[in-house]
Amino acid sequence: MYGRAYKTAVALPPVAWVAAFLLIPYAFLFCYSFWSVSGQNVVHQWTLANYRELLHNPMYGSVLARSARIAAMVTLLSVLLGFPLAYYISFHCSRRKELLYQLVIIPLWVSYLVRAYAWKTILGSDGVLNSLIEFLHLSREPLGFLLYSPLAVLITLTHIYVAFAFLPIYASLEHIPRNLVEAARDLGASGPRMFWTVVFPLSLPGVIAGGAFAFVLSLGDFLSPLLVGGPSGIMISNIVVSLFGAAFNWPLGAAVSLCLLLGVLGILWVTERLQHRLTFH
Amino acid sequence: MPDALLNIRSVQKSFGAIRVLRDVTLDVAAGEFLTVLGESGSGKTTLLRMVAGFEQPDSGEIAIDGERIDRLPPNRRPVNTVFQHYALFPHLSVFENVAYGLRVSRVPKAEVTQRVEEALELVQMSKFARQPPAQISGGQQQRVALARALVNRPKLLLLDEPLSALDAGLRRQMQTELKSLQRQVGITFVFVTHDQDEAMVMSDRIALLHSGVLEQVSPPREIYRRPHSTYTAQFIGQTNLLRGGVERGAVRCGCLRWASQEPDGPVVYSLRPEDIRLADQAKVAAPRSVRFRGRIERVLFHGSSEVLEVLDADGRTLLVECTGSRDLRGETLFEFSIADAVRVTES
Repeated sequence: MYGRAYKTAVALPPVAWVAAFLLIPYAFLFCYSFWSVSGQNVVHQWTLANYRELLHNPMYGSVLARSARIAAMVTLLSVLLGFPLAYYISFHCSRRKELLYQLVIIPLWVSYLVRAYAWKTILGSDGVLNSLIEFLHLSREPLGFLLYSPLAVLITLTHIYVAFAFLPIYASLEHIPRNLVEAARDLGASGPRMFWTVVFPLSLPGVIAGGAFAFVLSLGDFLSPLLVGGPSGIMISNIVVSLFGAAFNWPLGAAVSLCLLLGVLGILWVTERLQHRLTFH
Repeated sequence: MPDALLNIRSVQKSFGAIRVLRDVTLDVAAGEFLTVLGESGSGKTTLLRMVAGFEQPDSGEIAIDGERIDRLPPNRRPVNTVFQHYALFPHLSVFENVAYGLRVSRVPKAEVTQRVEEALELVQMSKFARQPPAQISGGQQQRVALARALVNRPKLLLLDEPLSALDAGLRRQMQTELKSLQRQVGITFVFVTHDQDEAMVMSDRIALLHSGVLEQVSPPREIYRRPHSTYTAQFIGQTNLLRGGVERGAVRCGCLRWASQEPDGPVVYSLRPEDIRLADQAKVAAPRSVRFRGRIERVLFHGSSEVLEVLDADGRTLLVECTGSRDLRGETLFEFSIADAVRVTES
């Protein structure tokens, strides 16, 4: 239908874009991870020293483990909160469906930074939550563990990424033909039985996609730990940022980034396969 | 009806300002094949969904075997449904689809296997037991949907336009199969369709629904031969509606006149195209028949028969169906028996 020249002309800008801003930087990153630094200079000599450092310094392993733990918790909470919400809006709201859907989406329009800061004012020593606790005389002193802790990171990240988990779950629920629900009821299934045997299995691709979004996005997050995490809430991206910044060790930073990238690609590949297997058309 | 399995009593239903069903009363006998026939928007699907439990009547009651079911949830009614688009569970195999109802009602495992196999055998789908629904054809999905409903041995099987998605050939085949299947299992069928041919072929009785009102409930032959209203006469097959009046013992519909005992007043008669025939000019008219002259405007060839469009002296077009092909044109003499003109009410 379209000529070859036309197709090429249309395809060229996005391909160029991806190459210039994604592939080439990754190639640089790849090269850097096999170089080293001496003083203020990058030494362009191939070495595996950075990867050896990652393996031998337990700090990297423990921060990565903590990051994965936090990301896993964020994923679990996001799915546990996002699923009932998506189910309720998709199956039990007929008239206000659009409105409620928009209400879930609107926070995504608000700057990430603003939302992270909001939690700072909520969780801080003289923040909203502690003021409430004081007002109710539940505790004599403000609760210090609320802010600058892994808990604060968990709360903030869950708040931010629950919408990302919600969207694919909602989409998969919307795709379930409603006559399947009726068929199950017609064949004698009670409401809960129908849910567990029909709705839930058919929503799994969405649950997995939503979970993957929440996990991958929160695993690589650095702003929330920076703003509300404190020293005990440091995550792997904070390490990368400091390696590229204050520490001026781009090669080591590149090595950490590449490991993270490979891990994320692996997760995406597995979840993609799972989604494919659980989708029926 | 004394041995009625299903009683629908004065059921009303509105969606907002739209009155979908107005005072529908219908009894279905045990073992009967009843078809609810109607155009789209006539309320036939709503009626079916009420019996299944997916809609609540605004008023009236529905009972099976004398017990009211209209307030029970769908899973507690002794009724199963074959849905329009089959509604097979895509994540379950054909076998598991059919087993679903039995597993839900905690039938022992060995019995589940046995009954599912029997049901699949019944619809000739045993070979496909392990396949997912996406890998079998529309006609096969239809059979699985049927097996999935029948395996539960419901008192009443509801079928919501189950054949509408099939192509014409398969559809005719399934009509015959469905009818013989119903005789075989002896379960009462309530079948919903908009296709009058389908209704005629399969049903013991047809309930014709028009804008939420039951026009007529009769066996196929009777609803065709003795329609009560102009709507029924026109919806079931083709017909000629003769409008006129009775005056002092004679019917006058324009140039068509015959003697009648009916009281004076306006009347409408339905006269089927096959009840009008070409008259032999050499012979005198048969007793109690009406002759008229008409000009053949058009001949529509239908294979086994031909339908003539005839313009009579009043400028009215009448359809005449005749068999055997002759070269027909111009002015011709036609006749029909008075007994074939059926008095109908205007609707």
